[in-house]
Amino acid sequence: MMTDVWMHPALVFLIGGLLVPLMPAYAKRGMMLFLPAAALAVLFSLPNDTYWVYRVLGYELILGRIDALSRVFAYIFVLISFIAFLFALKVEDDLQHTAAFAYAGGALGVTFAGDFFSLYIFWEIMAVASTFLILARRTERSQAAAYRYILVHLLGGLFLLAGIILYAHDTGGVAIQKLTLSGPGSWLIFIGIALNAAIPPLHPWLQDAYPEATPTGSVFLSAFTTKSAVYVMARIFPGTELLIWLGAFMTIFPVFYAEIENDIRRVLSYSLMNQVGFMMCGIGIGTQLAINGAVSHAFCHILYKALLFMAAGSVLHVTGKIKCTEIGGLYKTMPLTCLFCLVGAASISAFPLFNGFVSKSMIISAAGHEHIPIAWLMLQFASAGVIAHAGIKVPFFTFFGHDSGIRAKEPPVNMLIAMGIAAFLCVFLGVFPQPLYSILPYPVDYVPYTGAHVVGQLQLLMFGMFAFALMIRSGYYPPEVRAINLDVDWFYRIGGRIFQGAADRGLNGLNGIADQLLNRKLTGSVCRFARQAPANLVLFFVPAVRAVSGISKDESGKVRARILAAFETGSVPIGLSAAAATLLVVILFFFT
Amino acid sequence: MKKEIKIFDNPKNVKRLLWGFYLSLAVLIAADFFVHKHAEFPWAGRHQFFAAFGFVSCVLVITIAKILRFFVKRREDYYDD
Repeated sequence: MMTDVWMHPALVFLIGGLLVPLMPAYAKRGMMLFLPAAALAVLFSLPNDTYWVYRVLGYELILGRIDALSRVFAYIFVLISFIAFLFALKVEDDLQHTAAFAYAGGALGVTFAGDFFSLYIFWEIMAVASTFLILARRTERSQAAAYRYILVHLLGGLFLLAGIILYAHDTGGVAIQKLTLSGPGSWLIFIGIALNAAIPPLHPWLQDAYPEATPTGSVFLSAFTTKSAVYVMARIFPGTELLIWLGAFMTIFPVFYAEIENDIRRVLSYSLMNQVGFMMCGIGIGTQLAINGAVSHAFCHILYKALLFMAAGSVLHVTGKIKCTEIGGLYKTMPLTCLFCLVGAASISAFPLFNGFVSKSMIISAAGHEHIPIAWLMLQFASAGVIAHAGIKVPFFTFFGHDSGIRAKEPPVNMLIAMGIAAFLCVFLGVFPQPLYSILPYPVDYVPYTGAHVVGQLQLLMFGMFAFALMIRSGYYPPEVRAINLDVDWFYRIGGRIFQGAADRGLNGLNGIADQLLNRKLTGSVCRFARQAPANLVLFFVPAVRAVSGISKDESGKVRARILAAFETGSVPIGLSAAAATLLVVILFFFT
Repeated sequence: MKKEIKIFDNPKNVKRLLWGFYLSLAVLIAADFFVHKHAEFPWAGRHQFFAAFGFVSCVLVITIAKILRFFVKRREDYYDD
């Protein structure tokens, strides 16, 4: 065990990110590219081992568990940070840069955490930092979405924390290890991770928030939260059968939504969920092939999903629009962005020679090898669904389709280079998967390029496209319309409103009644009583005094008025007020 | 003035693209007879299984999406106050 080596890769981002706002513009840009490179250098310099172990309050905290599994995720997190910061290089908003560094640092911290406590701390850093990438859009809609986003993630974090506490209580330690779903502790941890992985029905925060983030922010968002949850799930719950079915369902369910969604970034968010479904299914199958498949698919997915979000972000950056109904025909003036988007679309659809093919195939083959025909069919069905929404719909409605008349220029060159690097890697790993296969957690004995596999996959995709083309031309395809679609976030968005309304009417009503009765009526009458009691007491004796002294009725009326006036103004003859006060004391004495 | 690419404004080019596409479909149908299959499930080893599966799946996806839209579609300002 080594504790005195260099710097933790997460700290490179967390501390470096804090320095960024303090720097002049040019140094700032240099720093944004230097930090990911520095983190990568640190990562290369650390052989697989356990680093930074501390004993705190009787628990062993491990900040640096570097093994094959965590290393793959760290590589892709650092790599995508470099690409995303290059893409965001000219954004003049320090809030976004610092938040993105904290977010990426949190993801690295989660990846290397060897115990649940440090996992939880980095997990929450990610939740808070990522919220700022949504807030930074600075629209009313994004503020509201960010608010819902952080509430949902804090809730998920509480599930995780409750699970961790139960786990620590049951086992006496906090070391992260493989768990099975038995007992409340493991279930709560599972739910906490599942929420970040967007497993239905815990998914709608993703489609709610990601499309509201800044054009560059959504690139970071697409990479870290769900994929660090994939990593943690692969670490803790591999081979959990429930994940096979949740994952398979998760690949299919969002496909339909993606088909009818108008906002391109929301289409991409549904498709993100669909892709994470493949990974979850692979983790659930749990064999070496399946885990390798899930991990490599996470790696490839981060590249092409970031590429697609960058293409959509570029369109949003230069046109200010990103809805199917508002854009179209952009290939005419944005051919490079269009080309990069097509590479991303081909990769996510798993066309041979693109990286999605070499990773997703492993998961589907694993389902075949383990003879799980239903899961195999569901994954193939979802693959055909991907070509329909992400493979064709996204590029078609953005860059082709009806001509919107918008003649926007290509985005700035740094954005083009960032997309170019991601697109190159998508193709490179699709053609030469060996570098990727060599860093997977288990030895790879898998050949994606066999005749049958290539032809089968091409048939699936091309005949899916054929169906799409026929449906578009015949008008059967659902038209683009300005509308939103309800998802399960309805329950907390409208449910929350109903609850708020009920609380408003119920509790504020109660408040109102209490105010009426106690504040206004009771206090008033006590005051009135206190003020008028001496006068009334004296007046009570007026008839008796009249009877004794023989004053006429008219006179007695005047006397009453005089007494009242005297008490109002406090000019009562001493004897009278003293008598009244004494009487009052006597009465109070008897009543208390 | 920035130059524009307009290749798909010409219907002839769209037609060419579509014919190229149809041709590749035919090639794929033909190629399926020549590859050595090693399918995990008997039905997946049948000729043209993936072509039929891809086509039917896509039609199903769109059809179910249309039905889903009927239930979940709302005005854009549905959640706004």
